[in-house]
Amino acid sequence: MALQEIAFYVMATVTVLAGLAVVFARNPVHSVLFLIAAFFSAAGLFVLMGAEFLAMLLVVVYVGAVAVLFLFVVMMLDVDFTQLREGFARYLPIGGGVAGILVLEMIMVAVTVANQGAAGRNAVPNASGGADIPNAEAIGRVLYTDYVYFFQAAGLVLLVAMIGAIVLTLRHKPGVKRQNIMAQNARTPATGMTMVDIKPGEGIAE
Amino acid sequence: MIGLTHYLIVAAILFTIGVFGIFVNRKNVIIILMSIELILLAVNINLVAFSVYLHDVVGQIFALFVLTVAAAEAAVGLAILVTFFRNRGDIAVDDAAVMKG
Repeated sequence: MALQEIAFYVMATVTVLAGLAVVFARNPVHSVLFLIAAFFSAAGLFVLMGAEFLAMLLVVVYVGAVAVLFLFVVMMLDVDFTQLREGFARYLPIGGGVAGILVLEMIMVAVTVANQGAAGRNAVPNASGGADIPNAEAIGRVLYTDYVYFFQAAGLVLLVAMIGAIVLTLRHKPGVKRQNIMAQNARTPATGMTMVDIKPGEGIAE
Repeated sequence: MIGLTHYLIVAAILFTIGVFGIFVNRKNVIIILMSIELILLAVNINLVAFSVYLHDVVGQIFALFVLTVAAAEAAVGLAILVTFFRNRGDIAVDDAAVMKG
């Protein structure tokens, strides 16, 4: 039990510190790397709660795809990042004030909900909906039955996002020769060739 | 004993860090996108914690959908960012008024 508490506090601390470092890092590449650290330790928190499936999903989707996408874009763009940081000190007081109020309120609500709401009754965590089956199996049983249309809709969202990203970043360079099948099929002898009557001994001028 | 309260407090702090990041890095759109990811991560921690302590697996299904939307949002956001950079040559978003909105 003590081991679980140590693991929780280590991973919670790493998550929060990495989140702070994402915001405060001077170099955006470092920000992305700290974002990866935050995702990893949040995945550790998920494992601690017993939600292994979502923990692995977090590692695969966020660390494997989203963070690498961020890293690519940050490294691809040739931007003077020091100039983008001006105004940081100007917004620090109001941002810190709003953040302080927000975190106090949220913690008060969270403590109240956790102690007096419905969640206060189940002291024993169970990530499988109270049943004695593995976490991934519990998710699968619900996801592919009651939520199958939502699952399909999620796939549609990803498809649209993929097409949108491609359409936004695709550039048609001038001068690239492409095959135009419609034009090829519409081509007839009348448009494709001309009959020239050549007199003997003259040849064709052009 | 680690209870629901502990996870909710971590999620609250992480959410606040995300909001704070949007406040203080108003020029750097990459940091803003990363702050949004932090906020969505905090939401996911909240959903999973409630799911685990309420013994209801639907919370994790919802976290899955939040994850999907977050990935789609990151992809489209970064695509817009790349297009923006190509058109303007920088990514300072606080003085972007191309559409005169």
